Amino acid sequence: MDEIRKTCLYDKHVALHAKMEPFAGWLMPIEYSGIIAEHTAVRTKSGMFDVSHMGEIRVKGPDALRYIDYVTTNEIASKPDGKVVYGMMLYPNGTVVDDLLTYKVSATELFLVVNASNVAKDYAWLVEQTEGFDVVVKNLSDEYGEVAVQGPATEALLRTIMGIDLSDLEAFTFKHVWWDGHDLLVSRTGYTGEDGFEIYADPVATNVVWDILAASTEILPCGLGCRDTLRFEAALPLYGHEISDEITALEAGLGFFVKLEKPDFIGKTVLVDQKAGALKRKVVGIELTERAVPRAHYEVYAGETKIGFVTTGYLSISAGKPVAMAMLDLAYTPLNTPIQVQIRNKKIPGFVRDKKFFKKSYKPKGDKANE
Amino acid sequence: MNKVLDGILYNPTHEWAQIHDGVATFGITAFAASQLGTVVFVDLPAVGAKLVQNKEFGAVESVKAASDLIAPLSGTVVEVNDDLVGDPEAINKDAFSAWMIKVKMTAPAELNALLTPDQYRAVSK
Repeated sequence: MDEIRKTCLYDKHVALHAKMEPFAGWLMPIEYSGIIAEHTAVRTKSGMFDVSHMGEIRVKGPDALRYIDYVTTNEIASKPDGKVVYGMMLYPNGTVVDDLLTYKVSATELFLVVNASNVAKDYAWLVEQTEGFDVVVKNLSDEYGEVAVQGPATEALLRTIMGIDLSDLEAFTFKHVWWDGHDLLVSRTGYTGEDGFEIYADPVATNVVWDILAASTEILPCGLGCRDTLRFEAALPLYGHEISDEITALEAGLGFFVKLEKPDFIGKTVLVDQKAGALKRKVVGIELTERAVPRAHYEVYAGETKIGFVTTGYLSISAGKPVAMAMLDLAYTPLNTPIQVQIRNKKIPGFVRDKKFFKKSYKPKGDKANE
Repeated sequence: MNKVLDGILYNPTHEWAQIHDGVATFGITAFAASQLGTVVFVDLPAVGAKLVQNKEFGAVESVKAASDLIAPLSGTVVEVNDDLVGDPEAINKDAFSAWMIKVKMTAPAELNALLTPDQYRAVSK
């Protein structure tokens, strides 16, 4: 195993007495003041996350758009510059290499943000697919830190604390902000289900941004613990759970981000078949009717028949209910289908439900991701 | 912070047992509670359940993780702290007051296998 890595903000977390744990090869803050307080801060006001472990990859060249629309599931070519698009890279069998955000800088330059756990694999995969395309792929992960600031009060707080106006930035767009002598790439994106921003910058600038935000005491430092409970409640997928190299994009229920009408992209053939009726299973929401905690990998039953497994589940912090996402055989996916989750030696009853695990308090304009 | 009470015995797996007239009261230690973080759910056996030393008898769960409860001693459950099921965070407030179950011991010789407070202090450093 490679040596565990530390982000450029590591010393800040130690100074804040964060609980640090290994995640995806990085020593990351899991919680500072407590997962429930941090989760609630993001839902009601604002929280800040060090997500410098995420990978950044640049694609540059005359064929950049044709290339990206071949290696990812969504459609970038027709989008305006400054747009951010969620999509997936697939293997030819339709399972997922990784999910990613594509930042359209121009018709010849794209900035990709990928999962920390997959950076090396993604970079190698992307390079491998360049044959026949006039593009250069470069892994920039070591050059960037990233701070995510999330929650309904974030836009106003960033104006007050940093003096930057982001009111013109629609959901899923980005711009460069010159701030205090630093070049910040700021997008109105996130992984929490709340309005918010992600700020990419070199490690020095990342530290300056973190310091000024942390010093304000208006924005609560938040760890990866609540990042997961927040993204779960928003039904956002996590690689290794709802998506993986054993789960296709349609099985994951992410068809909205797969443009099957595109002439070609890696994995298309299998997904077209699945869309036409070959789909055997998919990720749905479930809710238990007794208090218990349905966790990832627990088996799901209909009577004595095993029908799937939990991909992510919690006693929801926002709703206080035992809810989960689960991969179930298609016959058991209609709403209200009774199911049971095996938790230790008991089968806890529940039912299939939608994946709207919390009520969104504020919907930024232009947000198409959660429709 | 990680206090260890005198006058009771400990499992290396961070349960405590207080013995009185052949009945043992079980809970988890302050050290275990601090490692877990905020407890959101406790899964306890019913009155009448038979426990076996070193076997799982329930679970205590934080937001992020489920942790098995391991029986310090064998016996029959005679009382369950139902208040704790409704207020699991009481374990974080005072783990040694937040008892879980009372068990009528069936093999008192098993007491020899448990850790003394001093031995547990060394384990939970």
